[in-house]
Amino acid sequence: MTATLDRKTWMGILAQAPAKDLDRLWSEQGISPKYTWLRQPEIGAAMVRGRAGGTGAPFNLGEVTVTRCSLQLQSGEVGHAYVQGRNKAKATQAALVDAMMQTEMAGPLATLVLEPLAADRKATQRARASKAAATKVEFFTMARGED
Amino acid sequence: MYVAVKGGERAIDNAHAWLAEERRGDTSVDELSVAQIREQLKLAVNRVMAEGSLYDPDLAALAIKQARGDLIEAIFLIRAYRTTLPRFGATEPVDTGAMACDRRISATFKDAPGGQVLGPTFDYTHRLLDFKLAAEGEVPEAPHAAPREEATPHITEFLNQEGLIQTEPVSDEVPSDLTREPLELPASRALRLQNLTRGDEGFILGMAYSTQRGYARNHAFVGELRIGTCTLEMEVPELGFAIEIGEIELTECETVNQFAGSKTEPPQFTRGYGLVFGQTERKAISMALVDRALRWKELGEDDMGAPAQDEEFVLYHSDNIQATGFLEHIKLPHYVDFQAELELVRRLRREVMGDVQQEAAE
Repeated sequence: MTATLDRKTWMGILAQAPAKDLDRLWSEQGISPKYTWLRQPEIGAAMVRGRAGGTGAPFNLGEVTVTRCSLQLQSGEVGHAYVQGRNKAKATQAALVDAMMQTEMAGPLATLVLEPLAADRKATQRARASKAAATKVEFFTMARGED
Repeated sequence: MYVAVKGGERAIDNAHAWLAEERRGDTSVDELSVAQIREQLKLAVNRVMAEGSLYDPDLAALAIKQARGDLIEAIFLIRAYRTTLPRFGATEPVDTGAMACDRRISATFKDAPGGQVLGPTFDYTHRLLDFKLAAEGEVPEAPHAAPREEATPHITEFLNQEGLIQTEPVSDEVPSDLTREPLELPASRALRLQNLTRGDEGFILGMAYSTQRGYARNHAFVGELRIGTCTLEMEVPELGFAIEIGEIELTECETVNQFAGSKTEPPQFTRGYGLVFGQTERKAISMALVDRALRWKELGEDDMGAPAQDEEFVLYHSDNIQATGFLEHIKLPHYVDFQAELELVRRLRREVMGDVQQEAAE
């Protein structure tokens, strides 16, 4: 997985991670890199769009809360975060991991933080999908005895 | 006429203090936490997010607690909070075809690929009060089965293959936003859909029901109803590409409606569309019916004079915050207005009574 982990993928994993899981896995690494803020964590909104008929022209559905921030490590790498919700600590950790993934720490962070987060998400999704599957209707036709 | 009046500050402060106490209720009963509301009153949370037009379950739960369960008051709180947020941008349109479905049913095709998946539904319950819920207890875990790995296709696609249903014109035009510009008529379909998705559930339901009872009858089938989560992607200016920023739960309803054809179109089915935040299926079905009724002009149908066909009537009365704001303001002091009315009625009475007395004297 590490080989194919690009920035779009890891930023997605970080955004989708439950805050408490990211916090636990990040804390376990025991690293606290020095950084300066390019943009302090800021809470705002993004307009969510849908499409008429599911596939047609876009329309505005409503907004979603988003927290963003940008920081720069002392070694120069810049990390960004755009994450759903209003958790500034989570956004900060996501931006730190994004920045650190551009350093020689990329390998260990992918293995110890990103891969477990991605696996957890998959497991959560699978558990939900399997409950849905259990509610799938199996139709059967009653024998009517007409012959 | 408005005249500044002072006074009442102590009464207002005391009223609000009492409100806080009443909100808490009997202190020998445990206080309700925001997390409890978020997890256990989820459908109320969904309604507040949909009509508050802001997806944030924690905020919606807080608003419900603060509003003492008055959902329109809670929606008002969310709308007010929403206006304080800077907007970072817009997401890519959600791909509902890739939805991770908790529920997916069709009233038109029994054997649709992906099947009829009921999900956590009230349908087929007996609507008898369950007194077991009054006592605390463990809930048994829901059964599992082998999950579907691939995405569930939209059912209208199958009708589309035969050309039996009207296709949705694909575009990437930036839709106008009624939270940024005042609503002007005639409204584009994009504006109508935005208005309906944040409109009052009761109002949209009533309008939809009126079309079923014969006012602008267009006989809708629920081609598909799906509930589940969709990934949100947004283009980030600092990066120059789109990234996932989170995921939201959505309810989507596609109706398939009769259509006899027009001068330019052969007979085919037409569509109504509903898409709403959260698990909100009554609202999504209602939205699809009203969307379809409002499309009469572009489909070359007759104006039956039905309320649900009247874009101005529907779009200007669907918003419960606008409605309640105007409605509830009449309870606030109108002393001077009323004083003028009082004077007028007294004068008219004097004139009429004076005439009567004069007639009696003659």
